[in-house]
Amino acid sequence: MVRLVARRAAFGVLLVFVVSSGAVLLTRVAPGSVVADLVAAGASKEEIQRERHRYGLDRPILEQYGSWLSHAARMDFGESLMFPGHRVGALVRERAANTALLALVALAVATLVGIPLGVVSGSRHSGLVAAAIRAAALFCLSVPPLLTSLVLVFVAARTGWLPIGGMTSIDATSAGWLPWLRDVAWHLPLPAIALALPLAAVLERLQSQSIGETLGEPYMLATRARGVGRGRLVWRDGFKASVGPVASIYGLMIGSLLSGSFVVEIVTSWPGLGRLMFDALRAHDPYLVAGCATLGSVFLAAGTLISDVTLAVADPRVRSGEPT
Amino acid sequence: MRRTGLALIAIVAFLAAAAPLISPHDPATKYEDCMYAPPTRLHLRDAGGRWHWPFFHPVRLVDRLESRFEEDSSRMVPLELFARGALIGEADPRAGVWLPLGADSFGRDLFARILHGARISLGVAALAVLGSLLIGVAVGGAAGYFGGALDEALMRLAEMVVVLPTVYLVLTLRAVLPLVLEPAQIFALMVGIFALVGWPFVARGVRGIVASERRREYAEAARAAGAGHARILFRHLLPASLGHLGIQATLLLPAFILAEATLSYVGVGFFDPTPTWGTMLQEAANVSALARFPWLLAPAGGIFAIVLGVNLVVQGTRGRERRVRALRHVW
Repeated sequence: MVRLVARRAAFGVLLVFVVSSGAVLLTRVAPGSVVADLVAAGASKEEIQRERHRYGLDRPILEQYGSWLSHAARMDFGESLMFPGHRVGALVRERAANTALLALVALAVATLVGIPLGVVSGSRHSGLVAAAIRAAALFCLSVPPLLTSLVLVFVAARTGWLPIGGMTSIDATSAGWLPWLRDVAWHLPLPAIALALPLAAVLERLQSQSIGETLGEPYMLATRARGVGRGRLVWRDGFKASVGPVASIYGLMIGSLLSGSFVVEIVTSWPGLGRLMFDALRAHDPYLVAGCATLGSVFLAAGTLISDVTLAVADPRVRSGEPT
Repeated sequence: MRRTGLALIAIVAFLAAAAPLISPHDPATKYEDCMYAPPTRLHLRDAGGRWHWPFFHPVRLVDRLESRFEEDSSRMVPLELFARGALIGEADPRAGVWLPLGADSFGRDLFARILHGARISLGVAALAVLGSLLIGVAVGGAAGYFGGALDEALMRLAEMVVVLPTVYLVLTLRAVLPLVLEPAQIFALMVGIFALVGWPFVARGVRGIVASERRREYAEAARAAGAGHARILFRHLLPASLGHLGIQATLLLPAFILAEATLSYVGVGFFDPTPTWGTMLQEAANVSALARFPWLLAPAGGIFAIVLGVNLVVQGTRGRERRVRALRHVW
């Protein structure tokens, strides 16, 4: 068990290292740069030289990478080129908090909707309710976040029930934090639902299959024979035994949440990490891209580690390294 | 369920292949005074209550600023079979344009664009799936057959790519390459990038299958009979992974279609005159237009049909692990 965790943790560290290094090197070798944009804006030769020197762009690529790495190891991710005067660390932290808020709310909604519905549809073989849930899940499973967010934006724009984009319409510093919080809560439902719908469908399907298999086990029949009522059997015994395999995929969902939230952030103008990284990529801001990639990969590595460990706890075969 | 799903995918693929024969208009033609024209209503009975072969009343632009249209019920334009080389359509667009799904901001036929767009969207995805399978089989086969340090290195690399969110990987690779290219170059580039991102999903499974089949008696027998590495691998071991390849192909297809749509939507994929589902959805990014002209979302129907088809196939397949894996693919 300790060996497994150590191995997976080492993989996580390697992942963060490779992703952040890849981000720095790739954006550095990419054609075009912020400096090229300065030229377009009519800056003089000396100014360009000074800017290049200030950001270390005049040094050879490996030297630049080495200096980035040594600073990054001390949690210093440099200065953004796109937002001059802003530290990458502060920018990334603020945006990551927005993405985390969106992702966590979406995950909570998906769990609260998906899991109970999965128990209902998985514990009944026939019946209108189960069939309706299954059909709805199949439908939601087939509308990826790109489509859900576009459709919800359309509905919001048509009806005016919810704001169509952004995270706030007022400023926290001018309006005080309580109205600001209420404003964020008003802007949150649309992107959160867009992200939660397909996730809820995934959870519903997994929980449904899991509890369906559990209820077919002989010991469940034995419990039933002992006189345990159906509701208690499904919601207590069946649920307890079937929720483990579903819980183990939560760590893996971080990848889906990051992918999904990227699209939702773009469509609904939510100021999150994905949007920041996309803007930084387009502006050829290597340090900002690397900062976003580093934090994103830390999330991912943590997610896979959690998922591996829960799976190992739930399934002894994984623990001993046997093929499942 | 499985069959329904496969049929759905096959129908979309057929519509894409036959696009030039079905599509009533050219996808690039901009019809005058048809900006944001609504989907044309077909009628079977005229004002006097008499039955006709399907016909429509041409629309007239009432308000150019607001893009408001009105049916001109004094004129009847019949649909004709095999009109102007298409399966069905109006005989003369000058008398009135038949727009089954409405028009976009340039007055182009959305139906024609979806059909032609399917050729590119599905084409990129299908070729990328093929590329992923080829690389995946080669890498997975080599890793599983030879084992050792090569196996370890290749599989660590594959695992890393699998863990990363596909959208970000594709986006980063695309963003570091020149942005403005010919459509054909973009097509090739996208196929290449998607294949680079897709092969590890294939390779991991192939490696596992080859590594376990290698120790089976029939492989021993082939070796004893004097077969070389290549023959054992291709003739005996890889056929065992065909089922896995089928599943992976089914799962990668919608992922790549969605990747194309996402890239084109955010503006680093194909660009406007090229009809793809992604470039078409870009019109829906204009919220005020989307609110008034919901038919701009029509290309979403194509994506929905493909993903639904794949989900039907996956749900109809036995085995929980496969379904769990399916979740990680689609987006």
